[in-house]
Amino acid sequence: MKLHDIAHSRTGDKGNTSNISLIAYDPDKYPLLARHVTAEKVKNFFGELVKGEVVRYELPQLGALNFVMKDALGGGVTRTLSLDIHGKSFSCGLLTMEIPDE
Amino acid sequence: MKSIRIGSGAGYSGDRIEPAAELAAKGNIKYLCLECLAERTIAIDQQARLKDPALGYDPLLLERWKQLLPICLKNKVTIITNMGAANPLSAMAKTKEAAQQMGLKGLKIAAVHGDDVVEEIRKGSCTLDETGEPVSSLGDKILSANAYLGAAPIVEALKNGANIIITGRVADPALFMAPLIHEFGWAMDDWHKLGIGTGVGHLLECAGQVCGGYYADPGKKDVPSPELLGFPIAEVSEDGSFNISKVEGSGGLVNTHTCTEQLLYELHDPTSYKTPDVVADFSKVTFTQLGKDKVAASGFTGRAKPDTLKVSIGYIDSYIGEGQMSYGGAGAVERARLAVDIVRKRLRLIGLNILEEKYELIGVNSLHGEAISAPGSHNPYEARIRACVRVGSMKEAALVGNEVEALYVNGPAGGAGAFKASRQVVAVLSTFIPRSLVKPVLAYEEI
Repeated sequence: MKLHDIAHSRTGDKGNTSNISLIAYDPDKYPLLARHVTAEKVKNFFGELVKGEVVRYELPQLGALNFVMKDALGGGVTRTLSLDIHGKSFSCGLLTMEIPDE
Repeated sequence: MKSIRIGSGAGYSGDRIEPAAELAAKGNIKYLCLECLAERTIAIDQQARLKDPALGYDPLLLERWKQLLPICLKNKVTIITNMGAANPLSAMAKTKEAAQQMGLKGLKIAAVHGDDVVEEIRKGSCTLDETGEPVSSLGDKILSANAYLGAAPIVEALKNGANIIITGRVADPALFMAPLIHEFGWAMDDWHKLGIGTGVGHLLECAGQVCGGYYADPGKKDVPSPELLGFPIAEVSEDGSFNISKVEGSGGLVNTHTCTEQLLYELHDPTSYKTPDVVADFSKVTFTQLGKDKVAASGFTGRAKPDTLKVSIGYIDSYIGEGQMSYGGAGAVERARLAVDIVRKRLRLIGLNILEEKYELIGVNSLHGEAISAPGSHNPYEARIRACVRVGSMKEAALVGNEVEALYVNGPAGGAGAFKASRQVVAVLSTFIPRSLVKPVLAYEEI
């Protein structure tokens, strides 16, 4: 299934660092996110878009993960050549990721 | 137990104004806080001030006052805002003038300044946080340097009876936390309470974003009447318990999911959200739906504030030239790719000194690059090329858009809708300085 089926997401930017939240609609699905959406998988998913490390923080009581992606915004909102200067569309990009059903 | 209601009247400089007026009219709020100062905005406002010493404050300041001052005065709503940007004193003078023109009386306006530390930064030996280089490496390109002030000067202005407080660079949550400290007498080293106050500010500071703004995903997350989106209200009790709601009858929604998205927005390590007043800890936060569009938030805490203050340094970094052109119909993507290839070669043929370049096809791969966009997986009816190139001068930047525009007569068949632009890049880097070097200053005007 796609992450979009079970989770929602919002991207934030600070300098050249992007963060993406990934929140299960149903708290019961949180373990599925925690098991399959690792920092490494997110780093690989974004490929050349994310040049730095990806760190994952867990907030199980909210059914949420928070991915902090360094060197991901082409120098930051003030400098980047990208159309999406904030990287705001990354959240919905992540929701296209496929994960196993269990 | 004593409680107060705080409304959030703006999530950024250009935000809608009517929802703020709605809050002041129908929100039963005591404070209206407006956060309008993004990281880079103050550097751009500083440029405006250098051209005209009376400018440098938020461009929508007077429009906002036209719609907000009479209703706030009528309902005894105190306003706290960072719309002073690079020039809080001038913003205060303009506010007084506007209030007089509207025939308003009984206002005490405060300006909080002293965040401008550009002289200290120019002579100091600070290190840039992002690059590790000394600040002096920016040479004469520095436009501005502003330290993030905390809640203390705003609290002092409230104690002195101000009902409009206009700041420059202040940590965003401090705008919302100051009235809590003032009303409840929270100590400036009660880290637990300041962690809660920072949580209130963090949830409110983007206004509509906690009320269903920037949230809708049809079929998955539907938002009622987003064109009439309401702005949020925090109702905070003396003991630090609080809930988030919005004006009854307004558009949007407040639920545990909108609150969770906003809690994690621009958050890095949830145990360590650093502000000038406290290092807040959001890692144990929970939300509970209390009723329609009303959510209780709990679990916020904090620990001792950092020793240093963050400073945003605005500087002239480079120049960017940009051009766009659309291709539609049969073979659209192929012709668009050929157009990119031509522009790339042309910029080399004319000898442009390219510092960095990016070419993308809007509608195909512009947002997430080729890897995620899965080349060949779809064949859109139209594609728009975008060439974006960093160079060393405005003159060179203009050449980029010209080369794209010239595709009309020299490029692939059917190019349409050319757009070109060039701009100076005001970028922002950070450093940290000792608190002792930053002295907040207050000034007042009364009518």
